[in-house]
Amino acid sequence: MEIVDVRGLSCPIPVIRTKKVLDQGVSELLVLGDSSVSKENVGKLAGSSGYTVTMKVDEINNWEMEIKK
Amino acid sequence: MNRTKWFVLITGLITGAIAVALVKLGNPPNMGFCIACFERDIAGALGLHRADTVQYLRPEIIGLVLGAMLTSLFAGEFKSRGGSATLVRFIMGVFMMIGALVFLGCPLRDVLRMAGGDYNAVVGFIGFIAGVASGVVFLKKGFNLGRAELSHSQAGGYIIPAIMIFLLVLLFTKTVFQAGGPVFFSQKGPGSMAAPLLISLAAGLLVGFMAQRSRLCLSGGIRDFILIKDNTLLLGFIGIFIGALALNLGFHYFKPGFAGQPIAHAQHLWNFLGLYLVGITATLLGGCPLRQLILSGQGDTDAGAVVVGMIVGAAFSHNMVFAASAAKAASPGVTAVAGGPGLYGQIACLVGIAIMFIIGYMFREE
Repeated sequence: MEIVDVRGLSCPIPVIRTKKVLDQGVSELLVLGDSSVSKENVGKLAGSSGYTVTMKVDEINNWEMEIKK
Repeated sequence: MNRTKWFVLITGLITGAIAVALVKLGNPPNMGFCIACFERDIAGALGLHRADTVQYLRPEIIGLVLGAMLTSLFAGEFKSRGGSATLVRFIMGVFMMIGALVFLGCPLRDVLRMAGGDYNAVVGFIGFIAGVASGVVFLKKGFNLGRAELSHSQAGGYIIPAIMIFLLVLLFTKTVFQAGGPVFFSQKGPGSMAAPLLISLAAGLLVGFMAQRSRLCLSGGIRDFILIKDNTLLLGFIGIFIGALALNLGFHYFKPGFAGQPIAHAQHLWNFLGLYLVGITATLLGGCPLRQLILSGQGDTDAGAVVVGMIVGAAFSHNMVFAASAAKAASPGVTAVAGGPGLYGQIACLVGIAIMFIIGYMFREE
């Protein structure tokens, strides 16, 4: 599974990074982040692009999100 | 519309309405809230510049930071973090302020000015959109100022809130360090116009709370719409406009036109370029002046560097006359002033834009 690490990146780079990988047609992706704003934004992007989102780790300042087609 | 979008919209509506209410209670016209102007007033109150018409320790700024801090502490989101090109961000803060003072307002005041009928603000708004769009081009090309790290200590995150508490103490005690000041409080001009202290502070706290929860960001609204066709933050923008417009109409403050607008000038090119500079800088920084202030309250020391940079930028702007002057109509004993930035302000604005292009180009990855 591809991993995108968006920890410590300011808005909207987490979304751009994730989108870039999704646009390559990846069907499974793990995104690592450390702010609730990036979690909301990446989750919103995945949802609106028709992916399902599962939180593997879901702490306020540490999260891992699995994105699947 | 989902809950998040409603909340952003309502945050905007309330912020816009509070802004006009603050004008009714004494704040300068179309300036119920202005992050750039109020940080500039703070710079003046501390004596970093000596423009005697724009000096006041604005409680709204103090409230915004402390409101964001308290909210993020309760939400568990307060976290000291930093280390993403901090000095670069400081310099960007300096130029973001220079751009705002060439236009005469931050993006938040731009919306409030539009809601007051100031067509010059529409020109600025177009410049702002162009600036954000330019920033998006750099973001798409892989622009990145680098990763911030969570700190092992929360102490750093309390620096900006602690400074705000210090300013609040100065405000309550009206401390004068030497005869005549600092602390300076304007006796005339916009700096002398202020809503009652406790009301301003409460307004700041409330908007700080809502802006922290909703992630309200003026540049983010335009950016997300261009970048991913998401209108969530844009609803905040629209909410501020509607909230302020409704009260402006109710109080008969709405006066459409280019001429005779309060604390504004009609130099179209410089209204455009001033907010263009703010737009591109805010987009590269990841948030508008309001958002930087909120982030600085929740432990983001890089955003704190932007806030300090903006205060220093305001000092430069008034000491070196980069800031535009407001247009004034002729009246008995007063000659008319066309307003707008002088030559040095124009140069500083163009230099700022050039520097943002250099930063945007130099800090791309891949």
